[in-house]
Amino acid sequence: MLRFVIRRLVVAFLVALTVLSLSFALTRLAGDLAVAIAGPNATAADVDAVRLAYGLDRPVVAQFADWAVRAAQGDFGQSFFFKEKVATLIADRLPITGTLGLTGIVIALAVALPLGILAAVKQNTWIDRAATSIALFGQAMPTFWFGLILMIVFGLKLGWLPVSGTGSWQHYVMPGVVLAFTAIPALMRLTRTGMIEVLASDYIRTARAKGLRARTVVLRHALRNAAIPVVSIAAVQLGFMLGGSVVIEQVFALHGVGYLAWESISKNDYPVVQAVVLVLACIYVLLTLFADLLNAFLDPRLRTA
Amino acid sequence: MTDDALRATIALPHRLRHGGFVVGAAIVGFVIVTALVGPMLVPHDPFAQDLVNRLVPPMWTDGGSAGHVLGTDQVGRDYLARLVYGARISLLIGLSTVLVSGLIGTTLGVAGGFFGGRVDDVVTFVITCRLAVPLILVALAVVSLVGSSFLVVVVTLGLLLWERFAVVARATSSQIRNLDYVAAARAAGCSRGYILLREVLPNILNPLIVVATLEMALAILLEAALSFLGLGVPPPLPSWGLMIAEARDYMFFQAWVIVIPGLALLVFVLGINLLGDGLRDLLAPESRA
Repeated sequence: MLRFVIRRLVVAFLVALTVLSLSFALTRLAGDLAVAIAGPNATAADVDAVRLAYGLDRPVVAQFADWAVRAAQGDFGQSFFFKEKVATLIADRLPITGTLGLTGIVIALAVALPLGILAAVKQNTWIDRAATSIALFGQAMPTFWFGLILMIVFGLKLGWLPVSGTGSWQHYVMPGVVLAFTAIPALMRLTRTGMIEVLASDYIRTARAKGLRARTVVLRHALRNAAIPVVSIAAVQLGFMLGGSVVIEQVFALHGVGYLAWESISKNDYPVVQAVVLVLACIYVLLTLFADLLNAFLDPRLRTA
Repeated sequence: MTDDALRATIALPHRLRHGGFVVGAAIVGFVIVTALVGPMLVPHDPFAQDLVNRLVPPMWTDGGSAGHVLGTDQVGRDYLARLVYGARISLLIGLSTVLVSGLIGTTLGVAGGFFGGRVDDVVTFVITCRLAVPLILVALAVVSLVGSSFLVVVVTLGLLLWERFAVVARATSSQIRNLDYVAAARAAGCSRGYILLREVLPNILNPLIVVATLEMALAILLEAALSFLGLGVPPPLPSWGLMIAEARDYMFFQAWVIVIPGLALLVFVLGINLLGDGLRDLLAPESRA
């Protein structure tokens, strides 16, 4: 078990290091960063001034080493546009994205688990087919469009929910539902397949044979084992949700980390962009690490892997 | 219960599966034909503005006219002409992205699966790193930095969407490398390259085709999202995502301006996914799940 944990920690650390280098390399794609920062109307003298002011005249390796050491300590430098520390900007907006992600994953699990269990228990009936169809539609739905349609229906026509902003819990309902739909297909399919496999196993037959109620067999005996992969995939999906929330935050004008990234991308605010990429990637790495460890804890067979 | 019986139970109802395959094939076929010949059949130019006839509603609603079957957009361009032309863009984005990502993913996956050991460790690590990178965010940043064009979108998505190819190619080729026919080819003195191309690749092709459909659907959705955020296919090209973005300001007055391109996107992607699920059953009955 200890070897497994150490191995996973080392891999997570190496992944974080690689992403750190990638997010630095990302901003060098544009060619000359100084020209990009100075803007289209800048003179050669302006560009030189920018180059000096931001330390872009030094060797790339030195710039990288400097940035990496600071970033590892949580110092991402100064934003070009907001005149604030990048770390502060992100810390201010992380709670909104976090709330959105958690709302999304809770809704996703609340829909996918019961639906998956029902589909497995009532296999090959209309319930199964309906659940499978929901998964298919969820997979094909363009998230931003789904958000706009919900805004028209529940915001404008019915007037039940606020259309944009972050004032109250109601503001998170529509974006949460939209985000949930990105994870529901995978979670539902996994629950369904897992339940079908477990329900066909010997210990379930034993449980049934000794006369336990159907509900007890399904919920207490079968679900426990079928839920193991679902738990870890849910953590991974939460990571994907946080990374993908930029589209939904833009649609619903939620000023979270994704919105910040979108603003910074359109304003060429490179320090913010690379910091957001790095922070979201690290959150994903931590979530998958957590999922793997949880998995090993729940299912002893995996510890040797 | 034998394995086969168990798999048969896990598989979805057969009728639905094959019904799904037929529906999916029909949708995809229809979109392909539309993309090829549609722009020639629609009487309007998708780029021609007509400021007098702005936001004409579709034919079947009040105020609609038979001249513009699906109405016009905010600068008077015929919506049907743009929709039909947009099918071309989605189809091209989907196909070219899958070509790029399929090449990268398959090469990495086969290398890891076939050679194993250190090579496999590296491939697995690269896949893990790719998964940690926030997809849309990085795509947005790259397109913004390099400048938006059709080619940039394809290359960016291609460089980001290969991991499922790699995972599947790795798993299948690591199974194959220990099979008798590969050993026989080795014993017969075939070169590594020959074995990879003539023995391994043909035998992992079927699952890869299924992955290709899923990735194509994802690429089309991502392009729409990028274009929606203004960092995908540049205007005035009528990408479906861009059409939704441009019509967004008018959606509360005339919902059809976003409903029409969105439905096109939804139905096309649904069709590709149905086709992929159907192919999974038809090509690889042993992996039904």
